[in-house]
Amino acid sequence: MHVVVTGPNMAFISGCRRRLFVELSLLTPRNDFSVSAALAAIQKMTRVRVVDNSPQGTTPWHRAPRVIHVYTKNGVGKVGDRVLLAIKGGKKKALIVGHKMPGERMNPRFDSNNVVLIEDNGNPTGTRIKVPLPTHLRKMEGEYSKLLAIASRFV
Amino acid sequence: MAACTVRFDNVVCLVRMLRNVQHLNKRFLSTSLCRFTLDSDDSKPTKFTPPQKPVIIDKTQSEASLRKFLSPEFIPPRQRTNPLKFAIERKDMIQRRKVLNIPEFYVGSILAVTMADPYASGKTNRFVGICIQRGGRGLGATFVLRNIIDGQGVEICYELYSPRVQHLEVLKLEKRLDDNLMYLRDALPEYSTVDPDMKPVPYSVTGEVPVNTVKVRMRPKPWSKRWERPKYMVQGIRFELHLTPEQMEHAQKWAQPWREYDMLKEYDTTALEEAILAEVNTDMSK
Repeated sequence: MHVVVTGPNMAFISGCRRRLFVELSLLTPRNDFSVSAALAAIQKMTRVRVVDNSPQGTTPWHRAPRVIHVYTKNGVGKVGDRVLLAIKGGKKKALIVGHKMPGERMNPRFDSNNVVLIEDNGNPTGTRIKVPLPTHLRKMEGEYSKLLAIASRFV
Repeated sequence: MAACTVRFDNVVCLVRMLRNVQHLNKRFLSTSLCRFTLDSDDSKPTKFTPPQKPVIIDKTQSEASLRKFLSPEFIPPRQRTNPLKFAIERKDMIQRRKVLNIPEFYVGSILAVTMADPYASGKTNRFVGICIQRGGRGLGATFVLRNIIDGQGVEICYELYSPRVQHLEVLKLEKRLDDNLMYLRDALPEYSTVDPDMKPVPYSVTGEVPVNTVKVRMRPKPWSKRWERPKYMVQGIRFELHLTPEQMEHAQKWAQPWREYDMLKEYDTTALEEAILAEVNTDMSK
């Protein structure tokens, strides 16, 4: 957003821009626009919602947890993929348990990008999952049986 | 005197039988008949009267609609594809409809779908939600159900003719002001919350389908779409709560009022609809 202006009217334009900016910032509340790509599954820098009751995920922090790596070959995370989160100033692994992007037919689509925090060995960090999980996550029963055991509901 | 006693005996017999018949109506496996034969050993044994068959009226099963209704996926899109393709697909759709009862429903109706799911407990998965969109033509027709479960918005896009669909039930038959309720994603959650244990609301099988004229309140502004733009033609949002008159007027900048006079875009399906409806009705009754 750098506009290079030369000549005598530079000061005038910059003043206009400043005034406009102030007016805009007064008029509109913060975060009035979405900055993430719409419905692009989960990729790097996607802000996610932690849906278990682990203290790391539930305590408020001034930055939403962000995906900083997706452990797939194409860098796009879907339900059942592992991601690395930047959460509360630290790094933590998580499992995607639902996303906004519609997947296959007859599979649920959620209104938020949901993840559950896991340890490196696949065990969940929290003890309860508050939202419904998609049933096709049960395909990974062997790997994440402890995580699926603490789920409250499946859709 | 003898005739009198015989008649008296007959009357007593009749009364007992009547009492037993009442018993039988209450209890399916009744032992009173045996008692009756034991009791009446002094008089002559009466003929065995088989218990009345109970008449079971299944009130949960909704009646077939008597309206003239053709499901929208039967109408082929306007394109140069060989019409034979659509005719063959219609045959397959009718075959499926003979096995699975697909009731009449609209966008805005509340449906319950039971589908086969190898990963669900009990191998079936039931989902209740409000139908927010119908799409697709022919065998690929879909509909989207939306509900809010544990505070989490969930949508499932079902294929109407998928063999995984086992049961389709209309819990509440109604229309809304719009043919597409995708704006419920940006509306307050109470407008898309449906009780999963909801009982079916009885509806009339004749006459007009009731229209629910509720107008929804939205979440604050970043919405998934600019619903105030004319191309969505949304009637069911209370825009006056969220947008100033200036903003509403500004949205009209994208109006294309000449489109409705574009005769090349007209697709009058009434005659086609009549023909297909007749075809479907004859094939369904075969």
